Amino acid sequence: MKPQTIAEKILTRAAGKSVEANDIIDVTPDRCFTVDDTIGTIIRYHREAGITTLPAPDRIGIFCDHYAPADSAEHASDHSAGRRYAAAHGIKNFFEVGQGISHQICIERGLVMPGELVFNSDSHTTTLGAVGCFGTGLGALETAYVWATGRIWLRVPPTINIRLEGQLAPGVDAKDACLALLKTHGAMLATYCAIEFTGPGTKHLNIASRMTLCNMGVELGAKTAFFATDSITQAHYESLGMTIDAEAAQPDPGAIYARDITLDLSAIEPLVACPHNVDNVHSAHSQQGIAINQAFLGSCTNGRLEDLRAAAHILAGRRIAPGVRMLVTPASAWVLEAALREGLIQTMLAAGATLTTPGCGACAGLHLGVLGDGEVCISSSSRNFQGRMGNANAAIYLASPATTAASAVTGHITDPRNL
Amino acid sequence: MRIAGMMRVIGDEISSDLLYPGRYLTISDRAEQAKHALEGLGPTWPGRLAGITILGAGWNLGCGSSREQAATALQAAGIRLVIARSASRLFFRNCINNGLPIITCETLGAALNDESWMEADLAQGTATYAGQSYLFPPLPKTLLDIVNDGGLLKRMERQKEGLLF
Repeated sequence: MKPQTIAEKILTRAAGKSVEANDIIDVTPDRCFTVDDTIGTIIRYHREAGITTLPAPDRIGIFCDHYAPADSAEHASDHSAGRRYAAAHGIKNFFEVGQGISHQICIERGLVMPGELVFNSDSHTTTLGAVGCFGTGLGALETAYVWATGRIWLRVPPTINIRLEGQLAPGVDAKDACLALLKTHGAMLATYCAIEFTGPGTKHLNIASRMTLCNMGVELGAKTAFFATDSITQAHYESLGMTIDAEAAQPDPGAIYARDITLDLSAIEPLVACPHNVDNVHSAHSQQGIAINQAFLGSCTNGRLEDLRAAAHILAGRRIAPGVRMLVTPASAWVLEAALREGLIQTMLAAGATLTTPGCGACAGLHLGVLGDGEVCISSSSRNFQGRMGNANAAIYLASPATTAASAVTGHITDPRNL
Repeated sequence: MRIAGMMRVIGDEISSDLLYPGRYLTISDRAEQAKHALEGLGPTWPGRLAGITILGAGWNLGCGSSREQAATALQAAGIRLVIARSASRLFFRNCINNGLPIITCETLGAALNDESWMEADLAQGTATYAGQSYLFPPLPKTLLDIVNDGGLLKRMERQKEGLLF
């Protein structure tokens, strides 16, 4: 058999036959999840198609994260329909309002394992590659189809090898590394491809940083993005009382990559993605004059404990600038609890920040933190497309948690190293 | 499968937020979805799809979220074929699996003009456009079969007996 990439190996198992890049195959996933903004549509499709029983409810999960708590009768009805559906079909993995973002919960509770193929009706499912899991998004009908039939077609992606060298400098975050890739290679670097992050730089990146890089893989167009399993992955699962197969997510020696790219982590500076595209990237320093109205710290990209630490470190003993509001949305209830124990939430509140319910928060502009006409937001989230935060007449700058917090303090875009 | 009709052309990097703004995600009625297709580009855009059969686009069409309304709203608005220089994976899948054929072709995508007539044969990979003939990679048979079946919903209706994980 030809040497395989991680993606080819996982899909070979999921297809039950040997596969290689660009094959179109039928696969059975290990898990198939949905989030609240899609559950109503899935239920409707099943009603229309006459689907009354699900063959594997234990492989399904439903997460209330995109508009939690609900802001409208329509959104609340999606949640209640999801609860009834979960109860009727014996779906035990139902995550209530306030538990947090699906991808965060999947990794912090060990719901997914290295080497698994996992779908979720959310584009940022690529985040799961931080633990060597093939995570990828599906649309609503596709998810409904998988729940009903257990199978769906996939194209086996070619893989781009992104070799990481060196170590991030103080004040520079994994988010800046994502933005550096977008700056150099654009938002179409990996369209329909998988990414493997490899090289000596990986050993300096913890699970949180790996999640950020895999999360933003989809902004590079990727279908999925991986870190191979290593001692950091093993330590994560050991902390959960779980053991993993270290070989579950490893490429074969000699695997064929569509492209090889090198990123020197030590050369990266704090960056921002300017409106309205993720690859419109400039140094934070060069955007210094841009005044902001809102700072958002949260999302599946940067709402983790490490991100709250970075922001709290900046905010300690300081005040958020007059006229600026800062929203802090922990990625999960666990993150919130840990941040409370460490005093991070207290520090940020003392600086004038506003705490919101764990979940997706302001990222998609679906239920809170929507921007006003002409307003500017600096955000630790992953997308700055026009209209993303609920208003087409607003501007979004994407940045690291530290840059987001530093900008909240000064009231304009600020390189956190200059504060 | 042959498709012919008038084309409307949009630009590069038209994200799912522009194709279908998030505030309309709770709308399930397809006819209502159609009223908001392309609304992120401006309030006049949904009306500009009247009488249009083919949507042309530049690079990275549908980048961003997994929302399938980006595809189904276009379909409900009367679009029967999408042609782009390139498309995001999720938008591509949402089109095919909802029975809306999509062609990604750099050369054909680069040649498109607004309000022009096109005829395309999806199985052959040929298009006639502005007096010229073009070749594009035909859709793989597996995907063309899904489109011909009317999408995964029709398949799910037919296949509901005897399925298992």
